Amino acid sequence: MAMAADHIETLIRAAIPDARVEIVDLAGDGDHYEARVVAESFRGQARVRQHQRVYEALGGRMGTELHALKLSTGVPD
Amino acid sequence: MTEVRERIDSIVGKSDIVLFMKGTALFPQCGFSQRAVAILDHLGVKFETVDVLQDGEIRQGIKDYSDWPTVPQLYVKGEFLGGSDIMMEMFEAGELQQLLEEKQVAKA
Repeated sequence: MAMAADHIETLIRAAIPDARVEIVDLAGDGDHYEARVVAESFRGQARVRQHQRVYEALGGRMGTELHALKLSTGVPD
Repeated sequence: MTEVRERIDSIVGKSDIVLFMKGTALFPQCGFSQRAVAILDHLGVKFETVDVLQDGEIRQGIKDYSDWPTVPQLYVKGEFLGGSDIMMEMFEAGELQQLLEEKQVAKA
């Protein structure tokens, strides 16, 4: 199962409204993505929690519909 | 469900560093697992691996245990640290080396 990049972005931004999301389709197959998510609301949260919030935003699709998402998170400079 | 949780408790309690992965350290079956192994090898620490492909109960159970949807998963002294992306981010920032030193994990 594959997922479109803009669908991923929409889901993340719906759950984390202050997020800036950049998505790269690594293999061009709609199944291997790299996402960079930057949000002010991540400030003060442990990295594992930041990633968990992104996975929650994807609502169970991670590991099923979406096999490979290389994720990095951060707060704005 | 409780039984799986107890099995995982016991596994992560037995060694300083445990990596739940697809495949083995010598023959990882997924790029993310391979990357996680490479980082730990590079750091020269002693670690145990659990191949989730060999154990369906653990494969699902580990995701519920940590509320984390994917494998690999790294545990240091019983505590869930994250997946391969977090390992890489922490490694590049020098934070992983620092954390392992602070936790005084066994060297390889």
